Amino acid sequence: MTTTATPPAQPVPAAASRPQLHPPPTRANHADRLYRGVVTGLALLLPLLLITQVGELAVNAWPAMRRFGLGFLWHSTWDPVAEVYGAGPLIFGTLVSSLLAVAIAIPLALGVAVFLTEFAPRWLRQPVAFLVELLAAVPSVVYGLWGIFVLIPFLRTVVVPPLRAVLGWTPFFSGAFYGSSMLAGAIILAVMIVPYIAAVSREVLLAVPESQREAALGLGATRWEAVWTAVLPYGRAGIIGAVMLGLGRALGETMAVTMLIGNRHDISASLLQPGYTIAAAIANEFSEATTSLYLSALFEAGLLLFVITLVVNAMARLLVWRVARGRAVGSRAL
Amino acid sequence: MSGRRLRRRAASTVMTGVVVLLAGLAVLPLLLIFGHLVAKGAASIDLNFFLKTPVPAGQTGGGVAHAIVGSGIVVGLAALIGLPVGIGAGIFLAEYGGGRLGWLVRFVADAMNGTPSIIIGIVAWTWMVKPMGHFSALAGAVALAVILVPLIARTTEEMIRLVPHSLREAALALGYPRWRTSLRVIVRTALTGIVTGALVGVARVAGETAPLLFTALGNLNFSVSLSQPIQALPLQIYVYASGPFEEWHRLAWASALVLMGLVLVLALLARWATRTRYGTR
Repeated sequence: MTTTATPPAQPVPAAASRPQLHPPPTRANHADRLYRGVVTGLALLLPLLLITQVGELAVNAWPAMRRFGLGFLWHSTWDPVAEVYGAGPLIFGTLVSSLLAVAIAIPLALGVAVFLTEFAPRWLRQPVAFLVELLAAVPSVVYGLWGIFVLIPFLRTVVVPPLRAVLGWTPFFSGAFYGSSMLAGAIILAVMIVPYIAAVSREVLLAVPESQREAALGLGATRWEAVWTAVLPYGRAGIIGAVMLGLGRALGETMAVTMLIGNRHDISASLLQPGYTIAAAIANEFSEATTSLYLSALFEAGLLLFVITLVVNAMARLLVWRVARGRAVGSRAL
Repeated sequence: MSGRRLRRRAASTVMTGVVVLLAGLAVLPLLLIFGHLVAKGAASIDLNFFLKTPVPAGQTGGGVAHAIVGSGIVVGLAALIGLPVGIGAGIFLAEYGGGRLGWLVRFVADAMNGTPSIIIGIVAWTWMVKPMGHFSALAGAVALAVILVPLIARTTEEMIRLVPHSLREAALALGYPRWRTSLRVIVRTALTGIVTGALVGVARVAGETAPLLFTALGNLNFSVSLSQPIQALPLQIYVYASGPFEEWHRLAWASALVLMGLVLVLALLARWATRTRYGTR
């Protein structure tokens, strides 16, 4: 969570490197053992929760997996009456909306991170960082509300007409625009993930050694050249990690997307047409899934989403850790 | 030579401008959202809004008292379940988390923090709603608690890590047993941070909608029963925003303003509390 705290005053040493001040007692110290046992037990609940989560998803998804096999991943028929389910459009929509959102968010988020660490006057850093943190704290449903009543009318009247006039001949901007669309969903997603990418990138850039900047400046680089040739490349792995954290967020984001993306089981190249995502499909159809196979198909889609976000997040964390080892980078942003 | 230097200077200036522009563009939506929330929601916030329940669709008037109380119940119960577990796990991570188990728990906590909340919603459905046979406030609270636990575990760990090492050494040197050192000295010193972390976590789950869709479900009437479906503010906003009535939209904006105000107050509180305690960077 971004709003949790001001960052630590100095790098916090990793637990592993911390000296053992208090070696394990040779005498049985019951109170100590009890204390340790209780907190260990509470901590063990977390892996337990994760395992049961995966188990529940897998068990409930099993009937659909057996019935549709791997074809579930690319078949595009979603017909509750005929009991035929293919998640192709859902997967397509999830990936396209998220990747598009990331593409929009990267320059904005990096702009914030670079501005905060390299260019902003000192007095401006805290307030701007706080505003960005707040952006992460806005509830998803509020983004959805704003999207429906502000963003979509804005797109319809200001953005889309010139866009279609210029690029309407390409398949990406063809067809009529009714509001709820892949474009609207991707834009709201971008707004939502900017603070995550920005917060982690900022931590990564702060972890770049000062000598890196000084060396570039000493060689006669301008300030921008120092950032572009010395600072950003040094933090590259961490920034990629930050972007992937943002991607993980976007993939699983539910409410705002459900309210804006149009919710149609369709694969369309045009960003102006409605689409669908896995999360949105679950949100919309779960309570009306009347047959057990229908429910199972939704669970399978959910399991798929769960696995994808897990992999993306794990990779992201490894990348961030590599750059800023030992610092509590990233977790604060979540 | 000088032409080249001039070009590089100009490029630097231009790119600095671009960075500032991008940063401004990134923050702009927040200002717009706040502006619209106040512009469209503030006028609808009066006593009726807080004290009345909805009137039949199409009529004007009514309030969201049931959703405010419902949110309070669900979120309060989630905090009751989730905070002890999360704080305990956080203490484990900070005090005993150096080994392989610590790495595992930390990794799992981060993985859970990245789990889409809708997934938590359907898992909580299989845990609570399916066996019990009906939607309930309790099921909603369990779903939110599952989101809360890893969040709180990580913030608690970080807050405890901020406590200077010398404090621990001093307490142990005075002959305090390890558990007392941990609880009475370390955790106590970090308490402000832990509490604010908890508040922010609770504020975040208070804004969650997706996990409640199939657990708490929502309710048009005033209900305080834990075994019955219950309304919550985010659910209310979702239903009202997606509905066709002007009146609903008006209430949605007002509800969103209240929800956002709550989040803002808690964020400011957290910032203030941690700043006075640990100074700024």
